[in-house]
Amino acid sequence: MIRQLTSSERQNALVIALAVAIVGIAMAAVGRSDVLGVHGVIVMLFGGIVAYLVMSTFYDPEPTEDRAASYYDDPIKAGIILSMAWAVFGMFMGVWVAAQLAWPDLAFDAGWSTFGRLRPTHTSGVIFGFGGNALIATSFHVVQRTSRARLAGQISPWFVLLGFNLFCLLAVSGYLMGVTQSKEYAEAEWYADLWLVIVWVTYFILYIATIARRKEPHIYVANWYFMAFILVVAILHIVNNLAIPVSWGSVKSYTIWPGVQDAMVQWWYGHNAVAFFLTAGFLGMLYYYLPVRAQRPIFSYRLSILSFWGITFFYMWAGSHHLHYTALPHWVQTLGMTFSVMLLVPSWASAGNALLTLNGAWHRVRDDATLRFMMAAAVFYGLSTFEGSFMAIRPVNSLSHYTDWTVGHVHAGALGWVALITFGSLYTLVPSLWRRERMYSAALVEIHFWLAIVGTLIYVFAMWNSGIIQGLMWRTYTEEGALAYSFIDSLVAMYPYYIARAFGGLLFLIGTVVGCYNMWMTVRSVPMAARTADVPVTAAVVPGE
Amino acid sequence: MPEMFHRKIERSAVLFVLAIIAAASVGGIIEIAPLFTIDETVEEAPDMRMYTPLELAGRNIYIREGCYACHSQMIRTLRDEVERYGPYSLAVESRYDRPMLWGSKRTGPDLARVGGKYSDFWHVAHLTNPRDVVPESNMPAYAFLARNQLRTEDLRDHLAVQRTLGVPYTEEMVENAARDAYGQATPDTDFAAGVTERYGDATQVSAFDGVTTHVTEMDALVAYLQILGRLTNAAYRDTAATEKPPEAQD
Ligand code: HEC
Ligand code: HEM
Repeated sequence: MIRQLTSSERQNALVIALAVAIVGIAMAAVGRSDVLGVHGVIVMLFGGIVAYLVMSTFYDPEPTEDRAASYYDDPIKAGIILSMAWAVFGMFMGVWVAAQLAWPDLAFDAGWSTFGRLRPTHTSGVIFGFGGNALIATSFHVVQRTSRARLAGQISPWFVLLGFNLFCLLAVSGYLMGVTQSKEYAEAEWYADLWLVIVWVTYFILYIATIARRKEPHIYVANWYFMAFILVVAILHIVNNLAIPVSWGSVKSYTIWPGVQDAMVQWWYGHNAVAFFLTAGFLGMLYYYLPVRAQRPIFSYRLSILSFWGITFFYMWAGSHHLHYTALPHWVQTLGMTFSVMLLVPSWASAGNALLTLNGAWHRVRDDATLRFMMAAAVFYGLSTFEGSFMAIRPVNSLSHYTDWTVGHVHAGALGWVALITFGSLYTLVPSLWRRERMYSAALVEIHFWLAIVGTLIYVFAMWNSGIIQGLMWRTYTEEGALAYSFIDSLVAMYPYYIARAFGGLLFLIGTVVGCYNMWMTVRSVPMAARTADVPVTAAVVPGE
Repeated sequence: MPEMFHRKIERSAVLFVLAIIAAASVGGIIEIAPLFTIDETVEEAPDMRMYTPLELAGRNIYIREGCYACHSQMIRTLRDEVERYGPYSLAVESRYDRPMLWGSKRTGPDLARVGGKYSDFWHVAHLTNPRDVVPESNMPAYAFLARNQLRTEDLRDHLAVQRTLGVPYTEEMVENAARDAYGQATPDTDFAAGVTERYGDATQVSAFDGVTTHVTEMDALVAYLQILGRLTNAAYRDTAATEKPPEAQD
């Protein structure tokens, strides 16, 4: 891990790790009986372990070769491993909460294992743990290759990666102990949020500094998306999490936003977490790995521009579609609906751009499951953005909101788009990063692909059915003009679909485990590739020309 | 040539970053800033009261346990919702709510007006094991809440922060927070009188979980559930609802 660091850099790394450990001790001291104390111990151990790792190779020989002449890939490798580990954890939690809805007694008689506490461990585990680590790893890879420059820091990439994982750890362990702000996708409490700000600002500076080193005159499209992702997530995170802690020794804080304003701020955040974390970042992946794998340049440079600015501008207006027919003023709902519908244009511009890039490479899509992952991701991206625009229309939303239809929509995007594009990218990245000839088993990639597709389809169809049935039952009247069904009637109708969803999710999870095994075996047993100069694939560097 | 223009931005990281910030800021500013012209966003409700310390503690348990993941607290302006759950929710009803708990998923029914719908006894039995009361339910069992002593010593800090944020708690309320929390769940003690004195006669003082010797998390949560929808009667006045607000049951 630190072989590439000079001795003064090793000292700095050690100082940072020890500083983190000391902060942990301080938290443990002021937190005492509060959960903050437990988190203090976790922070202390985390800092301590990193310090130990640095110490253990502290006196190894310093790097001799000119580091600027090679790419900095160690943090990327670690990021990939962390991402897959979080994927297994997060999806396991998903399967567990799905099973709890079908068989509620799977919660035992304890607080930590009830649905309400496990659900955010699932959402944060997959979004931040799996998705976030994958984004950090791929963004570090893409920015170096497309800029043809080494990352602009030796310690900072590690700081960003490990710091981010410390945040994830605090968030997820906190939920199990009942620490939560209750804001969806922003559940982590004030101290974890502050820490993430430090990590994220470092990430931003590192990214921009690396781009500033580029040997290419233009900034490649994928980097536009990664920059928007880093920048806007910072803005969203800070504004939505403004809060006053109850005391310095307490995990609990109160947000500064009250009631209706809080609702608007939260969904402005929540929707744009989807937009800039789960969409923009992953479009960055798409715009690099898909053309690389298909060995074709991006279809259209103009479509890229249109799509990028459309997404950056329109999405920020769309959050209020989560609040149709609520106490939020009507004009805000209308704006949210209008912009959500318009969003379809830039979204389909990107999906279309991706699919048209594949034109002429369809034989590769047929033979190569990795490329097929990315193609399927682009298709699901197109479908779920269409569905999203549709569901943002007020009358449609009156049926879909509060039901499983929303959950189905979320997972069409989360499984079909986010997870598939990530797997496609990682299958491309792993052999090239570890300099192997190929993945260990193409057949296992194929199996993973089909498990993922079938799992996603079962999940989404189950939730479409249950959501629409639920929505209709709630609003059905008898001929006498009374409500036809009690709430419990609608609940009973859900059970078969909850079972089906848990099964679909299980298939998806098995696919992920297969993927982990395949990557592990690739690193372990596939022969090294003949040494080629690792220059980024030129076809992708200059888009559409 | 817009394309040539873009080629220029693309060559400078700084320009690009500024352009992203500009493009991304407009929507949020236009939609959020005007919401603070309070009069038009939040209705008047002179009878609006605040959460008592016990109810606030209960609300924090509701948050901690993630009840909001299955229950909304926002009745939409739709006919079937109003008939099922009561008058649609007004902005003023959550004006002291930090955070709001409108929710986004109804695995269980909306709870915005559940206060007064059931007895305390029903809630305790239901939370202890929902399937004893409603066999078809998939709600988790929360029996452990009745085993956990409520933590009251820091309630003072909680009220103080709320006060800083603009909730009109008086100095006296802040000082007596822990005592009032205890008093609200122990009707026959001296502490109980202070609660109604400070928070009004309509405050429900009750041995929520049936045990008066100590105050548990169950007490706090049930106290909170029983106040839902009853901080103000504005929704029954200002909307075309024909119903009357529910009476307290215990
Ligand atoms: C897994 C989802 C789930 C979670 C989490 C959950 N509930 Fe429920 N809840 C339900 C369902 C389903 C029902 C309807 C069946 C029933 O009455 O048990 C319900 C019913 C209720 C009711 C009765 C509502 C009525 O009008 O009849 C109350 C009150 C309630 N829940 C409170 C809570 C509280 C408090 C929590 C958190 C401690 C909680 N619930 C957590 C699913 C959930
Ligand atoms: C193994 C596969 C998965 C299973 C079984 C699963 C299951 C679930 C379940 C049961 C819920 C709660 C739904 C409810 O409250 O009714 C949920 C919510 C959610 N999941 Fe997953 N999930 C899986 C994978 C993923 C992935 C990969 C992502 C993102 C990358 C994701 C993102 C989300 C989000 C954002 C929500 C919140 C939805 C909302 O609030 O509407 N899930 N998931």
